[in-house]
Amino acid sequence: MIDKLSWVAIYPEIVLLVMACIIALVDLSTTSARRTRTYVLTLLTLAVVAVLTGLAANDGKTIYGFGGMVVSDPMGNWLKCFATVALMVTLVYGRPYAADRAMLRGGELFTISMFALLGMFVMISGSNFLLIYLGLELLTLSSYALVALRRDHAVASEAAMKYFVLGAMASGFLLYGLSMMYGATGSLDVNEVFKIIASGKVNHQVLVFGLVFIVAGLAFKVGAAPFHMWVPDVYQGAPTAVTLLIGAAPELAAFAIIIRLLVEGLLPLAFDWQQMLALLAIASLLVGNLAAIAQTNLKRMLAYSTIAQMGFMLLGLVAGVVNGNTYNAQFAYSASMFYIVTYVLTTLASFGIILLLAREGFESEEITDLAGLNQRSPLYAGVMAIAMFSLAGLPPLVGFYAKLAVLQALVASGQALYIGLAVFAVVMSLIGAFYYLRVVKVMYFDAPVTVSTVSAPRDVRTVLSINGLLILVLGIVPGGLMALCAKAIVATLAN
Amino acid sequence: MGLLSLAIWVPIAFGTALLAFGRDENARGVRWVALIGAIASFLVTVPLFTGFQNGTAAMQFVEKASWITRFNVSYHLGIDGFSLWMVLLTSFITVVVVISAWEVITERVNQYMGAFLILSGLMIGVFAALDGILFYVFFEATLIPMYLIIGIWGGPNKIYAAFKFFLYTLLGSLLMLVALIYLYNTSGGSFDILGWHKLKLGSTAQTFLFFAFFAAFAVKVPMWPVHTWLPDVHVEAPTGGSAVLAAIMLKLGAYGFLRFSMPIAPDASHEWAWLMIALSLIAVIYVGLVALVQQDMKKLVAYSSVAHMGFVTLGFFIFNELGVSGGIVQMIAHGFVSGAMFLGIGVLYDRVHSRQIADYGGVVNTMPKFAAFALLFAMANCGLPGTAGFVGEWMVILGAVKANFWIGLAAATALIFGAAYTLWMYKRVYLGPVGNDHVKELSDINAREFLMLSLLAIAVLWMGLYPKPFTDAMDASVVELLRHVAVSKLP
Repeated sequence: MIDKLSWVAIYPEIVLLVMACIIALVDLSTTSARRTRTYVLTLLTLAVVAVLTGLAANDGKTIYGFGGMVVSDPMGNWLKCFATVALMVTLVYGRPYAADRAMLRGGELFTISMFALLGMFVMISGSNFLLIYLGLELLTLSSYALVALRRDHAVASEAAMKYFVLGAMASGFLLYGLSMMYGATGSLDVNEVFKIIASGKVNHQVLVFGLVFIVAGLAFKVGAAPFHMWVPDVYQGAPTAVTLLIGAAPELAAFAIIIRLLVEGLLPLAFDWQQMLALLAIASLLVGNLAAIAQTNLKRMLAYSTIAQMGFMLLGLVAGVVNGNTYNAQFAYSASMFYIVTYVLTTLASFGIILLLAREGFESEEITDLAGLNQRSPLYAGVMAIAMFSLAGLPPLVGFYAKLAVLQALVASGQALYIGLAVFAVVMSLIGAFYYLRVVKVMYFDAPVTVSTVSAPRDVRTVLSINGLLILVLGIVPGGLMALCAKAIVATLAN
Repeated sequence: MGLLSLAIWVPIAFGTALLAFGRDENARGVRWVALIGAIASFLVTVPLFTGFQNGTAAMQFVEKASWITRFNVSYHLGIDGFSLWMVLLTSFITVVVVISAWEVITERVNQYMGAFLILSGLMIGVFAALDGILFYVFFEATLIPMYLIIGIWGGPNKIYAAFKFFLYTLLGSLLMLVALIYLYNTSGGSFDILGWHKLKLGSTAQTFLFFAFFAAFAVKVPMWPVHTWLPDVHVEAPTGGSAVLAAIMLKLGAYGFLRFSMPIAPDASHEWAWLMIALSLIAVIYVGLVALVQQDMKKLVAYSSVAHMGFVTLGFFIFNELGVSGGIVQMIAHGFVSGAMFLGIGVLYDRVHSRQIADYGGVVNTMPKFAAFALLFAMANCGLPGTAGFVGEWMVILGAVKANFWIGLAAATALIFGAAYTLWMYKRVYLGPVGNDHVKELSDINAREFLMLSLLAIAVLWMGLYPKPFTDAMDASVVELLRHVAVSKLP
């Protein structure tokens, strides 16, 4: 069961785990308030891991290890690579903020976030229901701890509590659903489950019953309505650096387990889960876009916008199987993958700006706090405007192509119902444009409250500029990333 | 890099450079760089005119490269008789707008100039794109600089206007996006616009496509009853913004009818032509009457724009050669004339800070040179023979009479209203005794304003006295379009 290939499949995870432990030890001897040594080591480790996963992804090979418990395929490796880079960027943006708020008294921010990343890796590469669940728990437990990192801060503690209770419930749902699948099929292996269900020997009703719980659990995790209640509170309550940590990279992992569980494992039930996802998507688009309009708190508004964006992403998954035919699947799923990757890129930029503006003792999280940013710092206002226009889906920014790909997948299905969904999504994104535009309005049209210019450490400034530029450049030449997503999905579907 | 690429990217490159390097401390340098950029981009478009082959409807200066392979989207550019003049008009107006803002804009100069240059490149992109997605990208991207121009440098109610402009036009374009994706799927995976022209489509599909495109282009033109955003936006936008909006942006919509609605869905176009004609006539007559009662000069010219653009759509949908060419000529003429009208209002506004007609009177006494220019442009707006305004309207009316006498008659009455509101405004603002102390202290236009108005005056007179180059270039394309539209595409 365990051969040489098994170890090849989990190289990056091993590096990550070992280094996380080493860094935790090194941190004991660090006294610097800004934890420079830990920070640099963490970034180096993550860079190495990103390169490792990137190389593995570029190979395009699919390797099963440990008797099919883990899989290393291009989709998983790309998602891991992106998640690692996203975490690096998050830490760069978040360190000055965390240092100002006494969140770096220990090195936990770095080590725990590495464990969270390890959890994501396990989720992404798990090819076994139980392993995926373990990865998810490692990620969420780390996230609970991170949200509560400011222990003397009442709002953050409340958010952590809410996150924990609702997250535990979601995990419970998921586990319950998985156990039903196990009961029905007698296997926890994703590929095995697929074969057994496809053979049609299992009672459909039991499967659908289990499926409902799995989808509900997943919906909780990605924050799709009506399971979204925790998202605004946690996004707002958590320290902004942690909000970015739980709002960016983990979305990639959540996407991966949707693919692993629903597509790789339960594709024969596509007709059933597509309907459920369609309802979730409609609800998310409605709730997210309508509630976001009323928000005055920027973090809360972005939380609702996340719900809406997830709704859009789910729409891509809805169009995969048409009348039992999977010809559309690769387009639909790669559209969703492209959507989630570009969403993470954009979220990094928007929260990066919030982090940058949050000075000591002043959170700068109301939308009005951005007033006149263009006069204070045209560069950062520009980056934020690019992020907002991209989220609104305006060309020539990358968010447009994400929406285009999803809409194309819907229209290509040729089903009147799905074309109707596309029109609905379009109308919803018009509503969405309103609140994204409002942020731009505040930055460009309103007079600034203070005249002080915004200063940032050089590393933050550089990464933030690259981040903003990337949203624009990928908008001008989106072909490469699109092809990458398509290839990755095709490779995954082929197995 | 081909000429069309240069025409698109030269202004965008200059604009981006201004955004990146300019600050208000070196506003002087910023202005010169902007002017050099605008002139350079105009000079780049001149060879398009000199090298343009008349007498063929084929696309010229074609460039094609694969762009997004996943969707088979290509970077496909080319111009025919429809787009040639639009491209030239765009780069020309940009030069004028840069000159018009010279001393007027003192805050965030680099962003103002940068936005206009980028906008100019994007609009040329719309007119040159032969790929559906490329077209859409340019079409939509124009919203961003225009939104910022209105919102940053606009009047007191600018935020309302900026939002109204953005959301109105975005709704239309999003429906068009669904139509583009639908065409992509029906054509077997291609965004090639010329390929779409050959596509056979059922009548339901054509109707659906026609109205999706209608949503995008009618709002942009704007046709009655979706025109209400235009007066609001014009009133709030800064002078340059109004000029570009009226002179070029409205043409994006009219151009869309020519490039998409009519050739792709000809049967639906014929079927719904009565609706288009009715809406156009309402725009021409009713909105003309609305213009008559305006107290605000910008609002008056804005409503007159809606009425004049009504002539354009009227010309298109009567489906004869005179009508279609007349519509296009009217597009170009309106570009010069409305641009000039708004810039003229800007000249007055810079001095008195009011656009109310009642605040003026007898301006001719203190600003004789300016009043002379204004008279020329007012005459062009009325459609006086010898000016640009005459040619297009006359052709459209002639075409309409050919199609149906009563439509022609109804359209012709508009000339009376046009003359009425323009001349009445001219009388109240410029003629008579000096109205008040503000007017008494007015100084006549300086060399910069003289240059800017002369450029437009030359264009207006040239086009009015010698319109042949304009009609010659578009003739073959018009004939080809009409031949194409006459054939049913129902499978």
